[in-house]
Amino acid sequence: MARILSLADAVAELVHDGDQVACEGFTHLIPFAAGHEIIRQGKRNLTLVRMTPDLIYDQMIGMGVASKIVFSWGGNPGVGSLHRLRDAIERQWPRSLAVEELSHAGMVQAYMAGAAGLPFGTLRGFTGTDLPKVNARIKSITCPFTGESLAAIPAIRPDVAVIHAQKADRLGNVLIWGIIGVQKEAVLASKRALVTVEEIVDRLEPPPNACVLPSWVVSAVCLVPGGAYPSYAQGYYDRDNQFYQLWDKISRSREEFLHWMKVNVLAASGPENFREKFSNLERVA
Amino acid sequence: MDYSADEIMTVSAARMLRNGAVCFVGIGLPSKAANLARLTHAPELVLIYESGPIGAKPSVLPLSIGDGELCTTADTTVSTAEIFTFWLQGGKIDVGFLGAAQIDRFANINTTVIGDYNRPTVRLPGAGGAPEIAGSAGEVFIVLRQTQKTFVDQLDFVTSVGHGQGGDYRKRIGLLGGGPAAVITDLGILRPHPTSKELTLTNIHPGVAVDQVRAMTGWSLSFSSNLEITPAPTTEELTVLRDLEERTATAHGATPV
Repeated sequence: MARILSLADAVAELVHDGDQVACEGFTHLIPFAAGHEIIRQGKRNLTLVRMTPDLIYDQMIGMGVASKIVFSWGGNPGVGSLHRLRDAIERQWPRSLAVEELSHAGMVQAYMAGAAGLPFGTLRGFTGTDLPKVNARIKSITCPFTGESLAAIPAIRPDVAVIHAQKADRLGNVLIWGIIGVQKEAVLASKRALVTVEEIVDRLEPPPNACVLPSWVVSAVCLVPGGAYPSYAQGYYDRDNQFYQLWDKISRSREEFLHWMKVNVLAASGPENFREKFSNLERVA
Repeated sequence: MDYSADEIMTVSAARMLRNGAVCFVGIGLPSKAANLARLTHAPELVLIYESGPIGAKPSVLPLSIGDGELCTTADTTVSTAEIFTFWLQGGKIDVGFLGAAQIDRFANINTTVIGDYNRPTVRLPGAGGAPEIAGSAGEVFIVLRQTQKTFVDQLDFVTSVGHGQGGDYRKRIGLLGGGPAAVITDLGILRPHPTSKELTLTNIHPGVAVDQVRAMTGWSLSFSSNLEITPAPTTEELTVLRDLEERTATAHGATPV
């Protein structure tokens, strides 16, 4: 059964140095508040898994929490580069970062294998590309029925999945809708799951076939309204596209990045209403 | 109406999409062209985005591949795992529509690194959905601006396979999709030669000189013996495109690339 915890307590209890952590959310519902709490608690040597690292991993990598990244598309969506990710890969700042790179199709198969309790995922993929040359964990397997060669990717089994959702009830059942990405797969593949939510309600009342994560596959639920900002929460608030554009400027220099993180993340005590607080903070422009 | 090089590129790319086709759309230029097609000659074009929306009908262009507008205007939204597994790999996609950072003479594309992989000069975003879109879609259209930096003799990294080393390469390595059928640029349109599969310039945009295209290509470019001049964008095409860009700028506070 999920326990309702404060974000600080949940991160302290569920995320440990050296863990493999998957903060998922495909453009939508990115768990920014939880990522910031991981930074504030000074976690180290994390392997960060995420299809699209986005600003959240740019910030975490720039603050030195990660020793490795597993990903499939590492840009600032609609804007350009993730400068902190690039600085880590190109110039090992603030530390060296091991890279394990897949495609989206490969990564979803690896998550599904993890959730399905299988050792590997398989797909028609990577054929003729250079990715298997730089990622030794992309292998091939022969279909025992047709003889066709297929790609094989080892299952992703994170120590902890971190996601943001719209709603939970007081028992810790979680309801999520809109672009649901690979959140369900990531939670079911992980040993532990931390879920931040926009609101906790008495009754969830999900429509049939809705994407519900039952309380008993979730470790902790934390009430963090605005916790996906500057990404968005369908039905609650829109993506702050201008912040994504502003990030391009903030993150270009190490000094400006560090200053911004110090003022807006490290000095923040904890997110009672993350989006409201965050939006009101003076932007370093 | 006067038009820019980017506008004729977008309009030419949009014209490639037939009404009723099921199109897997990359973000940026492909998304802009696909939505222009949907708002002009192809109202029944089905747009699928890798984040999960099927049949998206956005009124403004998405800035990211997972904007809420895509979900709220879609026929349905499925998980990202389902999109890649059932809909793309399952063979439900007629057209894959991609952008690229680098392309070679066989329409192989690089979106991973400039320079050595382990010590890159420029680390690009990476593969995303492109390798399997390029592998599995019925056919592929690629849209990008043509420069010496983008049209290269040798890719630094093969992220997604076009026609490989040419000829029947795709068939030999077991790719089921047809591969690139056209590359649309700001200078013209290139199509693979029927047998060698080397990209050949088949259309040149009005006012563009052949030497200009040659100068912006990093290999010795072949020209079609009946090179055609692209019809100029119509007033309707330009009006719809500019309205779409204006609505998008108002919604996002900026125009996506």
